[in-house]
Amino acid sequence: MSRIYLSESQNRRISAHLESAYPHEGAGFLLGHFVDGYIAATDVVIDDVIPSENSSAEDERHHRFVMTPQAWMRLEDEADRRGLRLVGCFHSHPDAPAIPSAFDREHALPNFLYMIVSVNAGRAGELRSWEISRDNQVEHICAVVSDDEWRKIMKWQTVN
Amino acid sequence: MAKIRIPTPLRAFTGGAADIDVAGATVGAALSSLVEQHPELRDHLFEKDELRSFVNVFIGDEDIRFLQGLDTEIAAGESLRIIPSIAGGRG
Ligand SMILES: [Zn+2]
Repeated sequence: MSRIYLSESQNRRISAHLESAYPHEGAGFLLGHFVDGYIAATDVVIDDVIPSENSSAEDERHHRFVMTPQAWMRLEDEADRRGLRLVGCFHSHPDAPAIPSAFDREHALPNFLYMIVSVNAGRAGELRSWEISRDNQVEHICAVVSDDEWRKIMKWQTVN
Repeated sequence: MAKIRIPTPLRAFTGGAADIDVAGATVGAALSSLVEQHPELRDHLFEKDELRSFVNVFIGDEDIRFLQGLDTEIAAGESLRIIPSIAGGRG
């Protein structure tokens, strides 16, 4: 189990995007890098959160999100350019708990972080971080740290 | 010989390599050459013999689904790219 370091500002940006998408699902990408882990081999530091458009059909958006291959290409290229890694994505579960659904599991990429936020009556609530596969899910600890703390963590050495 | 760019999360199955040289005159043959070299990739790319629905293959800006799919011919030196469409939802 890894620890994910997310700053308070990043957390607020995720919440604001997902609340503005409500009652639809909102989503976005996470750029980050790896550092030596406390429990697992590596922990993940989030460098940037990038809201994305939900490209699923209008009448599906209340329970689905899709990000286009073009969005992926753009973000993966941006990560390369900035010396970062496309480590995962975030999405909301409007009026539902922050645990992976069967649909999430069916579409999951390996080695990719799925941050899920429960948005209840328009307010962002619990945020949980998962690695998911068709028949398994592992929860990681998401540590939301102050921006000052995050700046210190950003100085830790990157590992691969 | 063509080249395939592997999406970041699947590079765990190519020993960390981002670009893999492949043989083959079609997209299908190039993908077969890829999974022959890195068999662990197969289940993440294919459902039986079909590409999984959220796995996309691009040649430049073009999705092969809008060309001739796996039968799309590729020129020597062409660059392919595998791109996932991320999807999910509350269920
Ligand atoms: Zn979900």
